Amino acid sequence: MMLRRGEYHTFSGADARYLYLVPSAAVVELDDVSHAVLETLAGGDRTANDLAESLSSRWSGDEIRSSIGELLGVRAIQSVAAPPVTPPTVKAKRSIPLQTLVLNVTSKCNLSCGYCYEYGEDRIVESTTKPRFMDEATAKQSVDFMFAEAGDSPSVNLTFFGGETLLNFKMLKSALAYAKQRGAELGKQVHASLTTNATLLREEIVDWFIENDVGVTVSIDGAREQQDKFRVFSNGMGSYDIILPRIKDLLARHKRRPVGARVTLTGQNLDVVSIYRHLFEEIGFWEVGFAPVTTSWQRDYAIEDEGFRQLLAGFQTLAAEYLEVSLAGRRHGFSNVRDTLEEIHKGMSKSHPCGAGFGLLGVATDGDVALCHRFAGSDSHKLGSVFNGVDHAAQATFLETHHIDNKTDCSTCWARPLCAGGCYHEAHTRYGTTTQPNLHYCEWIRAWTNTCLEVYGTLAAKRPDFLEHL
Amino acid sequence: MRHLKSINQKAQRIEGVLQNDVVALQQGPGGGTGPHVPLGCSFVFSPGWEVDSNGGTAGLCQPVERDLFDCHLTCFWPAHVPDLYNHAPDWTAKCASAQKDWRKIDLVFP
Repeated sequence: MMLRRGEYHTFSGADARYLYLVPSAAVVELDDVSHAVLETLAGGDRTANDLAESLSSRWSGDEIRSSIGELLGVRAIQSVAAPPVTPPTVKAKRSIPLQTLVLNVTSKCNLSCGYCYEYGEDRIVESTTKPRFMDEATAKQSVDFMFAEAGDSPSVNLTFFGGETLLNFKMLKSALAYAKQRGAELGKQVHASLTTNATLLREEIVDWFIENDVGVTVSIDGAREQQDKFRVFSNGMGSYDIILPRIKDLLARHKRRPVGARVTLTGQNLDVVSIYRHLFEEIGFWEVGFAPVTTSWQRDYAIEDEGFRQLLAGFQTLAAEYLEVSLAGRRHGFSNVRDTLEEIHKGMSKSHPCGAGFGLLGVATDGDVALCHRFAGSDSHKLGSVFNGVDHAAQATFLETHHIDNKTDCSTCWARPLCAGGCYHEAHTRYGTTTQPNLHYCEWIRAWTNTCLEVYGTLAAKRPDFLEHL
Repeated sequence: MRHLKSINQKAQRIEGVLQNDVVALQQGPGGGTGPHVPLGCSFVFSPGWEVDSNGGTAGLCQPVERDLFDCHLTCFWPAHVPDLYNHAPDWTAKCASAQKDWRKIDLVFP
C-alpha cells in the first residue's frame, strides 16, 4: 500500500515533538520511530514495506509497522489510493439552545473613539431609524425570549453592551432584576456581564455589580498616552484621567467576579507589552485581552503588514512570559493565550468561527435579533426579533452558508480547526461580506496558533497538571 | 497506543475509538494493528460514472469533470488527468469539494 502524509502541523515543546492533526484537532506526542516515518514520508510517498526497509537499521520491521498502524489510525498518514476523508457536515439542529444573549442597551456613547465601528466610517447599524435607548418593555421581552430560546440549558448568560451601557443604567437594573426573578421561577441560573468605558462608574453602580455578581470588562487602550489617542470625548479631551480613579475604585471593591481589560489595537497603538504591564501590573486588572481594530484597510488606524509583525512579536513576548509564570505555578493575565490554550486542550475543531447565530445572539435597541452585538441593529443581518422569536429558516441558511466547508481558501490551512475563517464582522467590514474568510491575517493566525501550540506542548511536557485546570 | 501519546482531550477520545473500532474481515479475529481503509471507487458515492438514457453525460447531476477528479483521486484507471506526481502536484489545490469547486480545477498543458 502506497502511503502519503496526512494533514497535520508539527511543533515542539520542551524536548518533545508533537503533531496537531487536521481537521480532528487532536494533539499527539511522537516517539522516535513515528517521527522518522513522517520525516521519510515528507520526502515523497512510500509503501509500508519501503518505509520498513529504509528505517531497518534503526528499528525492527514490527516496530515500524506498528507505528505506521497508529499513524494511520489518527490519520497522520493515509493510503494514497484512499478517497479523501471528508468530515461529515453536521447539520444544525432545528432549535439550538441559546447560551448568551447580548443586549445592546443603547447605541449612544459619551466617548467618540475614532475607530469605533458603531459610529465610524465602517458602521453598519441603521442608527437613524432605531431608538437610541432600549426601553424596559423591550428588555423584559428580551429576557423572556432568552429563556424561551435557552431550552433545557440550566444556565444562561445575559450580557449588556452598547454604545456605553451605563448610559442606560436604570434599564440595566430593572432588566437584570426581572431576569433573576424569572430565572428563579424557572430554576435557571442567570450570569450577567457587561462592557463599559468606565467613565460613568460611581459608587451606586459598583454596589449593584457586587450585589448581582456582574462580570465587568473595561474597554481601555493602555496608559494615558495610549488611551487618549483614540478614546476621547467629543470635544477631543482624553478620557484616561477621568477613568483611572473610577477603575481603581472598581477593582478595590468588586471582588466577586474578575474584572478584565479589553484593549483595541490600532496601527498607532501596538506596544502590547507595555500596555499589558500598565493594565495588569500597575492598575491591577485580573486579565488583559487584546483585539486588533476592526476596520476597512483604507483607514489610517488600520494595522498593516509591518504592524501585524510588531503585534506578533509583542504577543510572543507575552506568551513566553505566560509560559514562564505558569511553569512557576503563578498566574499570568494575558487572556488571549489562555483562551487559545483552552481550545487546543479541548481539541476544538470549529464548523464556524464563533458562536454567533448559534448559542449567542445580539439584540438591537428595538428588539431586532441579529448574529451578535456587532450586527445588532443592522437590518440586513436580522435573524428575527425578541417579539416574534428567532427566524429559524434564516438562521439555518446562515449557518449552512457560513460553514467551514464552504470556505475553499481555508481547506488547505492547518489552522482552520481553531480559526474557521475568523470574525464575520471583520470580514464584512473588510470585504463587504460575512462569508469571506479573513485572508488579510492568515499568516498572523498561523504564526500565533503555532506559538500557542508551543506553549501548550511545553506545559504538557513539564506541567501536565496545569492542563487539567484549563 | 505505544508510539503516539494522546495529549489533549480530542486525542484521548480518538484513542478510545481506535481501541474499540470495528475491523475488517480479512484481519481475522482480534483485529490487529494494520490499516483498514476502504480502497477504490466502489466505496465512494460517485454517480459521475454513469451516462444518461441516451448515452450522454450532459444532463447528469454531476459534471463530467467530476469523473476526471475521481480518476485522479481514488482510482487506478488510466484517465487523462495531469501527472500529479511530477508536473502538476497542485492542479486541484483550489478544489476542496469536487461538487462545488470543479470549475476551479486548473487547466494543465503538457
